[in-house]
Amino acid sequence: MSKVLGIVFSNMHETSMGDLTENRTMASVPFGGRYRMIDFMLSNLVNSGIHDVGIITKNNYQTLMNHVGNGKEWDLSRKKGGLSILPPYGRSEAGVFRGRIEALAGIKQYINDSSAEYVIMTDCDTIANVAYDDILAYHQAKDADITIVYQHKQVAKSQRNNTTVIKLDENHRVYDVVKDHAEEEGNVFLDIIVIRKTLLERIITEGQARGKVSFTQEVLQGQKDNLRIFGYDFKGYIGDIKSIEAYYKCSMDLLDKNVRNQLFPAHRPVYTRVRDEVPVRYGVDAKVSHSMLADGCIIEGEVENSIIFRGVKVGKGAKVKNCVLMEGTVVGENAKLECVISDKNVIFRNSRTLTGCETYPIVIGKGRSV
Amino acid sequence: MISKKEWIAMLLAGGQGSRLYALTRNLAKPAVPYGGKYRIIDFPLSNCVNSGIDTVGVLTQYQPLLLNEYIGNGQPWDLDRVHGGVFVLPPYQKSANSDWYTGTANAIYQNITFMDRYQPEYVVILSGDHIYKMDYSEMLAYHKEKNADCTIAVMEVPMEEASRFGIMATNEDGKVYEFQEKPKQPKSNLASMGIYIFTYSKLRKYLVEDEANPESENDFGKNIIPNMLGDDQRLFAWPFAGYWKDVGTIDSLWEANMDLLNPSVPLDLYDDSWKIYARNPVMPPQYVSDSAVVRNSMVSEGCEVHGEVDFSILFPGVTVEEGASIHDSIIMPGSVVKKGATVEYAIVAENTVIDENAKVGSRPSETEGEWGVAVVGAGVHVGKNARVAAKAMIEQNVPEVCDHE
Repeated sequence: MSKVLGIVFSNMHETSMGDLTENRTMASVPFGGRYRMIDFMLSNLVNSGIHDVGIITKNNYQTLMNHVGNGKEWDLSRKKGGLSILPPYGRSEAGVFRGRIEALAGIKQYINDSSAEYVIMTDCDTIANVAYDDILAYHQAKDADITIVYQHKQVAKSQRNNTTVIKLDENHRVYDVVKDHAEEEGNVFLDIIVIRKTLLERIITEGQARGKVSFTQEVLQGQKDNLRIFGYDFKGYIGDIKSIEAYYKCSMDLLDKNVRNQLFPAHRPVYTRVRDEVPVRYGVDAKVSHSMLADGCIIEGEVENSIIFRGVKVGKGAKVKNCVLMEGTVVGENAKLECVISDKNVIFRNSRTLTGCETYPIVIGKGRSV
Repeated sequence: MISKKEWIAMLLAGGQGSRLYALTRNLAKPAVPYGGKYRIIDFPLSNCVNSGIDTVGVLTQYQPLLLNEYIGNGQPWDLDRVHGGVFVLPPYQKSANSDWYTGTANAIYQNITFMDRYQPEYVVILSGDHIYKMDYSEMLAYHKEKNADCTIAVMEVPMEEASRFGIMATNEDGKVYEFQEKPKQPKSNLASMGIYIFTYSKLRKYLVEDEANPESENDFGKNIIPNMLGDDQRLFAWPFAGYWKDVGTIDSLWEANMDLLNPSVPLDLYDDSWKIYARNPVMPPQYVSDSAVVRNSMVSEGCEVHGEVDFSILFPGVTVEEGASIHDSIIMPGSVVKKGATVEYAIVAENTVIDENAKVGSRPSETEGEWGVAVVGAGVHVGKNARVAAKAMIEQNVPEVCDHE
């Protein structure tokens, strides 16, 4: 395979995630019991044979740096290449970047220095097990300038003004790109882009010269006639998370065996930071059904239809239904929770009752006490 | 120039653990899985790191492949260090007298060069066969306070069992005046735990002398300790009161696992200040379906549970199909218990398949003849409808049994 540089945008789309991104990047939003969103991107890159990865950050990136460290959990702690965290560059003429082109301009030197032939760029809002090497092979076969990944699917109402849809001819060449799509379904752009490095460098230089900001607007829309832009149809499961409602739905999708099989195939594992927790301890009266639980939990009560992160404690007589409880949540004895998303280290005191609904789950912010 | 260390640890991990039979056919005893995600050696290694020891030599001999791979660069235990860290030390060829490790003392003797490199004041000798949490730094403080040449960790055992252990007879101040190996008439109930701290200069001297004696069995308990006592060296017993279990037999391994499910057993794995580290599996969280019943159990990452699990421990990546039931058992990584199968009072090793409606082990109350924990060896396939009796030790595939029988 040709040498590829991976670039991960850690902050895109986070304004739509409410409390969950109050103090963290989109990339470090916890997902699936023991992961953070970026684990899927980094694992996909590594499983596709890509060992040079730059993570573009903008703000609130402490939790992210803490999580990825030097990248050793993803085998990205390398002498040559490996993981680089790229914080915003302090420049006199501008503040933090406003769009993808500006963000890339900030790391131009990093891209120039790479010996890669291609660049794969991805945001942190899509949960999927993607073989980037297949996309690259497609890109080469199509002799494309740019390949963008899409899936034909329904667009949830809550996500519509955050979604970009592409239109393709019979050869899968892109002839139109529509932002803030208003229709119910379409070829939804999954924020994964493959491009030759030299072309990307040219785009950055031109963009800088003309004060351009948005990659979608300037390149995908503006140059669709000059450049050979192709769409790659990703057929597997995709969790497209651009709102709290979508986050909740995708979390619940994990309870489907077919989704789990697609996201966690044995030969393409998803890596994450190790926490050295103990296996889950089920008490004498534990009653757990149709749920996913990460290690370090102590379950004494009832858990149904829920995603339980590491180190959660569910007390005796407590009932947890249709919930996503993040790391370190404590559910006191006889408390009842339904359709609740609790961020890390939330405490529900004994006998409290909290009920949300499936279309509008209640979110309790990090470290709160109910 | 290697920086000088105050203390280092030498961990004896070469034991075959022959009384674990099928479980140690292809791996050394310290590598035997324990407690849902651990291997036995995780306990002494984690104790070392938590006690502040950053240099550990692991002496291997019997079936070292898996142990080597497991320890790797020591990163899971935070033992990948610039100076020191963990080292696997197999026997090696020398210009003269190349030999296997012929005894515990001989194994340490053969690694004198390794120890000399760190010029330690003290050396901790450990074995890789025990489940316990211990702060060796408290033991070292005691060793210094007593100005001891050797300190031996001891624990009180019931007097009637004392004749199974190495017994330390001590004065009031803890000074050992006699050591009895499995005595008929024990003089105390303080049993040696096989954990020693030596002042290195003394250890070195006695190892060299012991090696020069052709009559010696080159064993700490049988030779080094008695020799030091004979020379009136300062040996002290350091009393330990916590949980400690030798998992040398099938029954004790089973019990030590079951102890984790007993809230009154003082082995707290959830204590953040004394974590037990292990090489972690890369697997998704466990999934428990709506047909599952899981009670009183420990279940690890990557498990899929659709059946009944009670008083049991499931290691990573175990699948329990619908209608299967597992009671009072230990199922090691990657094994599958298929529809309708029953596993009771058993240890099922790694990557085995218990096929549909097979039955492994039985309850003590339902057993005719001699009862004991049943063991299914690694990679074994127990066929449909087959029966594995209590106390059986299965190392070959068990063929399917026709329904009509």
